[in-house]
Amino acid sequence: MVREVDVAVIGAGPAGLAAAVEAAAAGLSVTVLDEQPAPGGQVYRAIERADSGRLAILGQDYAEGRELVAAFRASRAEYLPAATVWNIGTDRLIDYSQGGEIACLRATAIVAATGALERPCPVPGWTLPGVTTAGGLQILLKGAGVVEDDLVLAGAGPLLWLIASQLVAAGAPPRAVVETLPRGRQAAALARLPGALRAAGYLRKGVALMNAVRRAGVAVHTHAEGLEIEGETRVTGLRFRAEGGEHRLHCTAVGLHQGVIPNPQVTRLLRCEHVWDASQHAFRPVLDDDFQTTFPGLYVAGDAGGIGGARAAALQGRLVGMHLAARAGRKVAGKPAALRTALARDLAIRPFLEALYAPDPAILNPADSTIVCRCEEVTAGRVRAAVKLGAPGANQVKSLVRTGMGPCQGRVCGVAVSAIIATARGAPPDTADYYRIRPPLKPLALTELAAYPMIAPDLEIREP
Amino acid sequence: MARRLQGIGTPVRFTFEGVAVEAAAGDTVAAALLAAGHRDLRPSAVSGAPRGPYCLMGACFDCLVRIDGAPNRQACMTEVAPGMDVRRMAHVGKGEGR
Amino acid sequence: MTQPSQPARSADVVVIGGGIHGSSAALYLAQRGLSVIVLEKDSVGRHASGVNAGGVRRLGRHLAEVPIAVRSRRIWATVADFLGDDCGFEVAPQMRLARSEEHLVAMRARVAEMQALGYHHEVMIGTNQIREYIHSLSDEVVGAVACLDDGFAQPYQTTFAIHRKARALGARFHEGVRALGLTREAGGDWRVATAEGDFTAPRVLLAGGLWSGEISATLGEPVPIIPFAPMMLVTTRLPPFCNAVVGAAGVPLSFKQMPNGTVVIGGGRPGRPDAATNRAETTFHPLRLSAQTCISLFPIMAEASVVRTWAGLEAEMPDQIPVVGPSLRHEGLYYAFGFSGHGFQLGLGMGEIMAELIATGATDVDLAPFSIGRFTGGAPAY
Repeated sequence: MVREVDVAVIGAGPAGLAAAVEAAAAGLSVTVLDEQPAPGGQVYRAIERADSGRLAILGQDYAEGRELVAAFRASRAEYLPAATVWNIGTDRLIDYSQGGEIACLRATAIVAATGALERPCPVPGWTLPGVTTAGGLQILLKGAGVVEDDLVLAGAGPLLWLIASQLVAAGAPPRAVVETLPRGRQAAALARLPGALRAAGYLRKGVALMNAVRRAGVAVHTHAEGLEIEGETRVTGLRFRAEGGEHRLHCTAVGLHQGVIPNPQVTRLLRCEHVWDASQHAFRPVLDDDFQTTFPGLYVAGDAGGIGGARAAALQGRLVGMHLAARAGRKVAGKPAALRTALARDLAIRPFLEALYAPDPAILNPADSTIVCRCEEVTAGRVRAAVKLGAPGANQVKSLVRTGMGPCQGRVCGVAVSAIIATARGAPPDTADYYRIRPPLKPLALTELAAYPMIAPDLEIREP
Repeated sequence: MARRLQGIGTPVRFTFEGVAVEAAAGDTVAAALLAAGHRDLRPSAVSGAPRGPYCLMGACFDCLVRIDGAPNRQACMTEVAPGMDVRRMAHVGKGEGR
Repeated sequence: MTQPSQPARSADVVVIGGGIHGSSAALYLAQRGLSVIVLEKDSVGRHASGVNAGGVRRLGRHLAEVPIAVRSRRIWATVADFLGDDCGFEVAPQMRLARSEEHLVAMRARVAEMQALGYHHEVMIGTNQIREYIHSLSDEVVGAVACLDDGFAQPYQTTFAIHRKARALGARFHEGVRALGLTREAGGDWRVATAEGDFTAPRVLLAGGLWSGEISATLGEPVPIIPFAPMMLVTTRLPPFCNAVVGAAGVPLSFKQMPNGTVVIGGGRPGRPDAATNRAETTFHPLRLSAQTCISLFPIMAEASVVRTWAGLEAEMPDQIPVVGPSLRHEGLYYAFGFSGHGFQLGLGMGEIMAELIATGATDVDLAPFSIGRFTGGAPAY
């Protein structure tokens, strides 16, 4: 009754596309399910539609995605665009919706290539219209050529500088970049510089981005603290302390960024084991050498398994695709060993970046009055009160104050709430737990559920 | 304010709260609304405070709108179509009670 | 886990299971001045007690359960004062909708039976009265049996509040400590083995839900316990339209709108239980029927989206009533498990009854229908 495939890939970013191309090339039946209408993921979003002007703004790293997307289009992998996967059972039954209708698929192997989420940035005013993630601004630029005219970028991380430089190139420079990197970070990161030199190209690019932004005359404030977004019904300004004084910048848009973290929804749904990555300041799923999780048959490629960036994601995707082919007894054309060497070289920059751009401690410990859970509008103070009452972890706090119970299912607040609980308990972050993720992964219209396909006979049910 | 880097070619026309909006083909509803100056897309679930798109990639659900009568649609994940009727959802419920 | 010292490892009573029944019994035992240790393999309220539908229901109870449900309801009336936490308890009608004359006939017979026994809390109501509580209702509905002053509460909040009150009264909870075995010492005390060492007491209450059967079997009292994972779902917020907890004849349904506007739907569609991994999994094929039922009974539900689903692990008995009372083979051993998906409302009253039984050796509530002897065939062996 249910269609079966060898491999289901969730996500059509670099990891998912690469895994699909390799597995399909070896003759496996592959289905790629992706929420977007076109392949590329967030990093290569709308790349097939990008004209030369857009490519010039977004830069060479973005343009690199064309090759992978073209290879995917040429492959024999089945592609289901605009398809939302909202449940995966332990029987590897995948429930998804496409065009308002539910369909099911069963796969021998599942590759979660679901990428990254932005780390939560709970600061006063972050729920006002006009506040977006920095990544969100980049999505507007890539997908629609829409830019904010009156924007301040605030936070820290390589993406903050990348979007700033892209906006400069687009002729829409931000009013200011307010960097929240605490003092002393450069010194701390220096110890990891020698290793990073193996991926020196990234270092050079990063420096070039920052220089381009400064050269364009964008005001840059460093070591900023005490961010507060002002406004009643929409953003009117940003306040912060820096350079020994109070600042207030008028603006109608604020782009926040504190780095990205693995998207945990699929691996948490299937109760995979996760570990705290102290360098990335994030949980990530435990993966074996072949990128398999502790749930047999579920693999993770790309940022969802630990942040590594687009190139590493594609390399991991190819390795997963090759492994699945080999496991199925198919002949594999590529050379996994060479890919692993390239992957190690590419990831060499990470420890340096992670030390430099570790999240701002203030972000991890917001004031009592600051909203943490945007969906249910729960403040940090209410989370702390639940802990004081004796709630031992994220799920008990969730039961008591509704954090993570809204439609985002903790995507936005999860790691912030876990960190607040750990701090309130005086426990190190690696002992914090995380929400149990329940299906559906995204809200599902009851009318749509009512039309769930007849994949099996109904059981006889006793009346209660 | 948000603006477009280039013209929209043949516009896709739809409405937000009954007001005409012109979008480019391939725009998401969220991008088209932001480009047209609409930032406040929904009342928050508890306090009813205005909310607008935050993540623009389907993760935060702050851009939920009603499209052609169907509630809880993610504006950032839905492509514009000619004649679409996009509306704010009403604020319901009695606040932060459980 | 801190290592308790030797005296801290013994008490008057060891309770196995930190769900609502174990926690409630611990509370009332402590209130009677007994020293109590509660061993909970996960965390308090982790399974059925924390994730059930939260119905505070006397309506439709098995006749043997009615006296306990009535006693419990009296405690619920003052729960906020008693526990120092309102538990999210709201008084509201529980009703069971009829969609045919056949349904009505059965309901009238039930109400008559209850009246004859002296219980007047169940009444028949007509569609006009139903519509006072439910503003979006199908014309198919022809009447209902109702208990107008039943209600609902927040299950985790309640179990957690009972736990806190029990602790405040001196009960000692050990979470993350699983009872591995139960043996009787020569001197008469029970010895409960755990990975954290042994705990001893002259009396033991086994209130371990689904996991109780393994232990009772090792003591020569096996029971046909069935793992059961009733599924629940919760929707996005809707305008207030329903101020009742609603079931329906002929179809598994438990339906209520919370004060915040969300709608919680349960009623017994089973998910996939796995006691070994402590997991209960939602499966959506059967849930489509719940969706169909809700949309057809309450037209406004066509506006709702499912935000989350879950399933709790419950212990179901073949005859749908729990195992409650003393062991028939061992002195000082008591049972309270197998509540078959409807133990939440009973938790407060049951705890009071079990404490009375354990502390004094007797209770005026008739527990005979719940005896483990109905499965083991035994009469008291001591």
